[in-house]
Amino acid sequence: MADIPHEASASAPPAEIEEMELPHAHGWWSTYVFSQDAKVIAVQYAATALAIGAVALVLSWLIRLQLGFPGAVAFIDAERYYQFITMHGMIMVVYLLTALFLGGFGNYLIPLMIGARDMVFPYANMLSFWVYLLAVLVLVASFFVPGGPTGAGWTLYPPQAILSNTPGQQFGIVLMLVSLILFIAGFTMGGLNYTVTVLQARTRGMTLMRMPLTVWGIFVATIMALLAFPALFVAAVMMLFDKLLGTSFFMPTLVEFGEQLSYGGGSPILFQHLFWFFGHPEVYIVALPAFGIVSDLISTHARRNIFGYRMMVWAIVIIGALSFIVWAHHMYVSGMHPYFGFFFATTTLIIAVPTAIKVYNWVLTLWRGDIHFTPPMLFALGFIVTFVNGGLSGLFLGNVVVDVPLSDTMFVVAHFHMVMGVAPILVIFGAIYHWYPKVTGRMLDDAMAKFHFWVTFLGAYLIFFPMHYLGLMGAPRRYFESSDILLMPESAHALNAFISIVAFIVGFAQIVFVFNLIWSRKHGKEAGGNPWRATTLEWQTPETPPGHGNWGKDLPVVYRWAYDYSVPGAAEDFIPQNQPATVTRETPA
Amino acid sequence: MSAVLIFMAVLALGAGWWLSRQGLLAKPWLQVDAAGTLAQSAEPRQPAQVGLGVFLAVVGSLFALLISAYVLRAEMTDWQAVPLPFIVWPNTLCLIVASLALEWARAGATRGNLGHARAGAIVASVAALAFLAGQLAAWRMLAGGGYFVNSGPAVSFFYLMTAAHGLHVIGGMFALARTFERIWRSDGTQRIRLSVELAATYWLFMLFVWVILLLVLSGWAGEFLSICGQILSGSGLT
Repeated sequence: MADIPHEASASAPPAEIEEMELPHAHGWWSTYVFSQDAKVIAVQYAATALAIGAVALVLSWLIRLQLGFPGAVAFIDAERYYQFITMHGMIMVVYLLTALFLGGFGNYLIPLMIGARDMVFPYANMLSFWVYLLAVLVLVASFFVPGGPTGAGWTLYPPQAILSNTPGQQFGIVLMLVSLILFIAGFTMGGLNYTVTVLQARTRGMTLMRMPLTVWGIFVATIMALLAFPALFVAAVMMLFDKLLGTSFFMPTLVEFGEQLSYGGGSPILFQHLFWFFGHPEVYIVALPAFGIVSDLISTHARRNIFGYRMMVWAIVIIGALSFIVWAHHMYVSGMHPYFGFFFATTTLIIAVPTAIKVYNWVLTLWRGDIHFTPPMLFALGFIVTFVNGGLSGLFLGNVVVDVPLSDTMFVVAHFHMVMGVAPILVIFGAIYHWYPKVTGRMLDDAMAKFHFWVTFLGAYLIFFPMHYLGLMGAPRRYFESSDILLMPESAHALNAFISIVAFIVGFAQIVFVFNLIWSRKHGKEAGGNPWRATTLEWQTPETPPGHGNWGKDLPVVYRWAYDYSVPGAAEDFIPQNQPATVTRETPA
Repeated sequence: MSAVLIFMAVLALGAGWWLSRQGLLAKPWLQVDAAGTLAQSAEPRQPAQVGLGVFLAVVGSLFALLISAYVLRAEMTDWQAVPLPFIVWPNTLCLIVASLALEWARAGATRGNLGHARAGAIVASVAALAFLAGQLAAWRMLAGGGYFVNSGPAVSFFYLMTAAHGLHVIGGMFALARTFERIWRSDGTQRIRLSVELAATYWLFMLFVWVILLLVLSGWAGEFLSICGQILSGSGLT
């Protein structure tokens, strides 16, 4: 067997897309702080998201401290407990997961993976990060205002969110709403960039169907976010009106402490519709980038082409579309026409079909693959298992009759933590281990990474599996104090204490990860340009880490799809996307 | 939530049509060549044009959601409509003039006639300012009639929706200002053309949104739909 370059396509025609003008940096400030380079913005986004995520992690410790050892710490009273769960939820879902997947990975990977020099609107991209940072600062500020942050629960349901007995009713809720509005404005600037860059700046030969699934996942999730976040925006603005101007969009006629409030005629259910019209797509806004990234991690580290690439693309698109017509399954207990319940239960369960296709395809990609148990692969495998587990309990909750008794129990908490807490976080870790060498030019330490994986993965199961049992027993969520609940036996309290101890350990283990990130920056093994021997374009840059403009003088030309691993007859077990075509001929014996 | 679902369905149809032309049935693992599996389109669009299109989809989603919320609330039994101040009709005329002037400017810029582009942009700016002033007057009229922002759901929605639309119109004024800057500095014809084109598209969309809002707020859209419903039920279709 010999590889002979194909004459016709070996010399590629020049790129057809126009060269973009790059706003080059002129000094330290414009290189590292007010940078318009998507790669720097990506790191800024990721660092901010991880930092605010660490705050949310500490909040989860405080929650577990109260649940496992009620009354052990006098500092945690009922008010503070509600503030902790509210801020924990909102930070993790919006300010960590959404920002990290789209702002972090989106910014870094989209231009590199599609062979662009940068995002198409670099200035708006920079602005996007700074508005996001402002949103985070406003959110953090709510910890320091009189009354503290809002304690309305992450769903911020009115009327209780703005009634006087809810913690943070005075300033906390206002800052939360303002912060969300800022976040959405900032995201829209970034989101326009990600979408238009994918549509307009792909290098020659990079058709949509040659894009790596990571880009597909981020692309579709971005479009969903652009269309779904306005619902949260509208809800937040309307609630601000209710709070500050005395309107009654969401506030019904109310009597509080024997006094009639000035509100009247509003509909709390209206808020729920708006919130969940954003809230459910949000699950997939987080999940789709994770799906895409996992596909690429598995393919690369199992040295096999992704199984059913087209199916994977279609499934991403279909899941994205379907996720807009399932929102009311979050509102079964709010009361609705039985036919609506039936409709939403059906659409909810239909989503399981494209999702299952993806899971089968991941497993079939692994089948007889050359599996390398590198940290990215471990995390990817951890994701598949966790996502399936979390997804299966979703089938229970998607059914109206099963959901009603399980609603507001720890079962729901366990379900969504598995499916959209632990699972996407595992992908984030895997992705960081995978792309850190490109970002810094050095490998993360393998031993620390494996320790980090096993503690996090096993720990997450020890935390969230028992929660399903607590939920089935009837243990309610959001309760500050459950020691007096008759249905909970002594053993359930012991289980709560156990969960809390594991949560502390898993939380502390993240220090190893942070240490690894910092230590390897200077002391890690030199990575070289393509340490994982991967096919996608970001590993084929002339420099590592890539310079501003990514590609040196000429843009790369793409000749093949992103998954040419272990091609029979090829000299190596991977063929980069920018390697020209070769024809394989039998050599005479 | 019917309004936003209709909006999403329209977007989905558009996206589906576009995707169907992107070779989704291609087998990328079999095709190894530089050109890829898709012919380049004859007239490539500018990133700014595509960006504006995506942005308008986001803005459209925002207003579709506002209308959805309005409809959900208006369907309740205790709904009391608020009389529209008459000035909204002359205001609508101003917005139509602004949009037409920009279309004229667009045609002028396409032909390379900067004088037309400039005149069109000036007329559009004046008309847009008149629209904004008129909207403020509408608020004053309502307030004068005892309808304040917190006087009831219908009037709250009126203030909210007109404010949301007004803020987008103000955003459009900034875009117009940029267009002016380009025309005055005599940037390249291409750039001016693009700038005028973007402004014209944005203003046309703002007019479209305003007309829909007006139909909804005046209750005509609701009446129209209920008549349609009666016709359908009368003909035995439902």
